[in-house]
Amino acid sequence: MQPDMVSKVKQHPKYRELLAKRTVFSWILTFIMCAIYYGFILLVAFRKDVLKTPIADNSIITVGIPLGVLVILSAFILTGIYTWRANGTFDELTREIKKDVQ
Amino acid sequence: MRNITLFGLISALLLSVSTVFGAGGDLGQVQKQGVNLSAILMFLVFVGGTLGITYWAAKRTKTAKDFYTAGGGITGFQNGLAIAGDFMSAASFLGFSAMVYNKGYDGLIFSISGLVGWPIVMFLMAEQLRNLGKYTFADVVTYRLEPTPIRSMAACGSLVTVLLYLIAQMVGAGQLIQLLFGLEYWIAVVLVGVLMILYVTFGGMLATTWVQITKAVLLLSGATFMAFMVMYKYGFSFEALFTQATVVHKDKLAILAPGGLVSDPLSTISMGLGWMFGTAGLPHILMRFFTVSDAKEARKSVLYATGFIGYFYLLIFVIGFGAIVMVSTNPEYLADAAKGTLKGGGNMPAVHLAHAVGGDIFLGFISAVAFATILAVVSGLTLAGATSVSHDLYANVFRRGRANEADEMKVSKYATFALGILAIILGIQFEKQNVGFMVFLAFNVAASANFPVLLLSVYWSKLTTRGAFIGGFVGLISAVALMIIGPTIWEETLGFPKGSALIQYKYPTIFSMTLGFVAIWFFSITDKSARAQVDKDAFEAQNIRCQTGIGAEGAVSH
Repeated sequence: MQPDMVSKVKQHPKYRELLAKRTVFSWILTFIMCAIYYGFILLVAFRKDVLKTPIADNSIITVGIPLGVLVILSAFILTGIYTWRANGTFDELTREIKKDVQ
Repeated sequence: MRNITLFGLISALLLSVSTVFGAGGDLGQVQKQGVNLSAILMFLVFVGGTLGITYWAAKRTKTAKDFYTAGGGITGFQNGLAIAGDFMSAASFLGFSAMVYNKGYDGLIFSISGLVGWPIVMFLMAEQLRNLGKYTFADVVTYRLEPTPIRSMAACGSLVTVLLYLIAQMVGAGQLIQLLFGLEYWIAVVLVGVLMILYVTFGGMLATTWVQITKAVLLLSGATFMAFMVMYKYGFSFEALFTQATVVHKDKLAILAPGGLVSDPLSTISMGLGWMFGTAGLPHILMRFFTVSDAKEARKSVLYATGFIGYFYLLIFVIGFGAIVMVSTNPEYLADAAKGTLKGGGNMPAVHLAHAVGGDIFLGFISAVAFATILAVVSGLTLAGATSVSHDLYANVFRRGRANEADEMKVSKYATFALGILAIILGIQFEKQNVGFMVFLAFNVAASANFPVLLLSVYWSKLTTRGAFIGGFVGLISAVALMIIGPTIWEETLGFPKGSALIQYKYPTIFSMTLGFVAIWFFSITDKSARAQVDKDAFEAQNIRCQTGIGAEGAVSH
């Protein structure tokens, strides 16, 4: 990449906006995913009794089952949220930066 | 010639280790089954079809870019399916369903751990890889660091990961095929090796991708049918299915809640780290991000992959419970009714369930799909390994980036051939060894060596060549060493008395990954060399390309 291109992009306000927004967003989502997964693992390790409780009085299904399914769903939903935001906001910002510097 | 000595070294090491290791198979005790004709027929159809794909792909594979990345023209959806295919190995299909069959809920915990790495790959890696790399993840880490040492280091990490994974798959393949098709072990291993060499040498990434897609569709369809038939039998009521399962399973109600899998939280978290971040450091998976045209398609790849893998794991849960109610109660599938052991060994619940819900023809189908699964996964691994040899070691280290494309292509094909032969030899060598730990070891190396270097090279402006080089090797060596002195290898495989292992952690990722990160950090911040300044100064330009894709590798149209 040419040095003048680097300084042009670097000074572009939209680039700074993109950088800040994407970095924060990525790390927040990473944190949420880790919190969900490790939260689940800690429940498994320390609070088996919670996971063993039936979801209703007349049901055999334990709380652990829907919770596990929810962890799987949350992984998909979080990737979906990222894709949606990146396809919109981030790609739009990138397009504008590229249009201005090229 | 560096590559050849490296291979010699690794194979000699593995061979010497193999003679020391104690006995016991990955799939438990296996007995050879009678020749299964419908399975063989269906498998021949699959092989015929995939060889057709390879012929078609070979005509379209002319340049190095075609060979390594299918010209960068795979769509996000196709790539997502192929990634899912890479991940849905025979081990996860048969192994996870067997775990649910035996332990119930604990099998679900394993599945979840396998899935949650994907969102992380999405948030931190996918687009960045696409924007910075060309053919391998070493391209990304050498974007601003000194190419020769860093590429050698990255190639070591890649090859160790790929070889470990490959051995586990080959041994699994031999045992499984022996089981399902009634072929001799060595014939099965040679067959897998030869087919994978054909796919990769002639069809490159394009053939590998389409073989993977074909198999992913077959596996997802087969698993969907099985889960559907199980639910159909129970009127689509989980209540009814679970109730019946708790009646017939020896552990009764306990199968609906976590059991003994997770006794020690530190181990569990460490295991989670290994699966989670290992996913983000597997060379054959990372390589898939270079097959799409841009960051947007890379994103879509992960979204679809996460969806398919998540769906697959939910099916596996139903299939495991289906096997509890339909397989464990049927004497036809039991080797010993009193002990409840299955015909063919511990990994057979899904296979027997296939017979229970769909008869001989569907059993043949599922057996053929299981074989196809192994074939597709080993092809992806071999391609990643060969690329590491030809693109990283030969073209960029040995020839210092001055190799011409034709030579590089030639080396990649020799490397594929050599890796294929090596995989066959090691597959046969390791027949009687317990290779179950090798998959986690591969993940552990990926999480402790590849992932920290890759992550910090993308995000940390103060990373230097010295830090990445030393830290990468610290991660690699500690990942392997801590596994060797841990209970899995020390006691179970090397046969030292129980309790004699130097550390009592089966999953040492929390230590080895931390060591890797700390070493990279420490040897970077204390690096005052001229090269360190070059590395740091180049971050800005790298970050711009990483964030915006300006200057990134494009796609070629066919």
